[in-house]
Amino acid sequence: MLILARRIGESIMVGDQVEISVVDIKGDQVKLGINAPSQVKVYRREVYSAIQEENRAAAAAAPRSLPHIEGLLEKKEESSREGSKGAPREGPPKGAPREGPTGDPREGPKGGSQDEPKPGPTGNPRAR
Amino acid sequence: MTMKIRTKPYGEMEIADRQRLIFPRGIFGFEELREFALLDSAQTPFYWLQSLQRVEIAFVLIDPHFFRPDYTPDVDPAELQEIEIRGPEDMLVFAIVTIPEDSSRMTANLQGPLLINRRTSVGRQSISTNPLWGVRHTILEELALARRGA
Repeated sequence: MLILARRIGESIMVGDQVEISVVDIKGDQVKLGINAPSQVKVYRREVYSAIQEENRAAAAAAPRSLPHIEGLLEKKEESSREGSKGAPREGPPKGAPREGPTGDPREGPKGGSQDEPKPGPTGNPRAR
Repeated sequence: MTMKIRTKPYGEMEIADRQRLIFPRGIFGFEELREFALLDSAQTPFYWLQSLQRVEIAFVLIDPHFFRPDYTPDVDPAELQEIEIRGPEDMLVFAIVTIPEDSSRMTANLQGPLLINRRTSVGRQSISTNPLWGVRHTILEELALARRGA
């Protein structure tokens, strides 16, 4: 791995189209600014890893016979009617807002969240 | 034209040529798998994405709009270009489903949708940049909410 020391305001080039600059350093957190052409996707390593992990989990789980969705839904509605008469329904759908935006860092600053390095789609998929 | 394939859910079966899909970059975590077949399942609203290279690898798919009518994958135009999607009529969108032992807890991955060009049968897995979409949406819960008109 190539390791380069940079100060705030300095940057590195990846090829001739991708520029990564150090915007700020606070404690153990580094804010990076990334300029890249639109066909280069930039996201946090965690997002990429989460999707890989989920794909593996899905492949490992996939049962040969599939559930009957309407039947399950009926059962669920029945049990929630019996279980919680008059109780308020649960809040927003699960899985909707995730921790922190996964927004594209190239869209410019919107609150300290577009600051992480790009994993690169060739990141080792076997690393766990 | 048809071809005979081996599948995880149904054993040996014949598929039409147009059911054969190419994912030039594979699927995340399975980058080496490029050839798949899209199969209807016996149970709506699911489909199977069967690897033609490894019979034991088959993904359960769902049309995300089935339980999230508001779903849009928010993909990069460059990604659409990569698989030559020119307009919405070219594109099929699926989410991969994870079915745990308690199948009522099954989830769909809306952050990593599969985009397929139905004209060319070429597909790719995309990463949605919309923070609304995560990798584990509980299908039954969100379906119940959608049906309630929430």
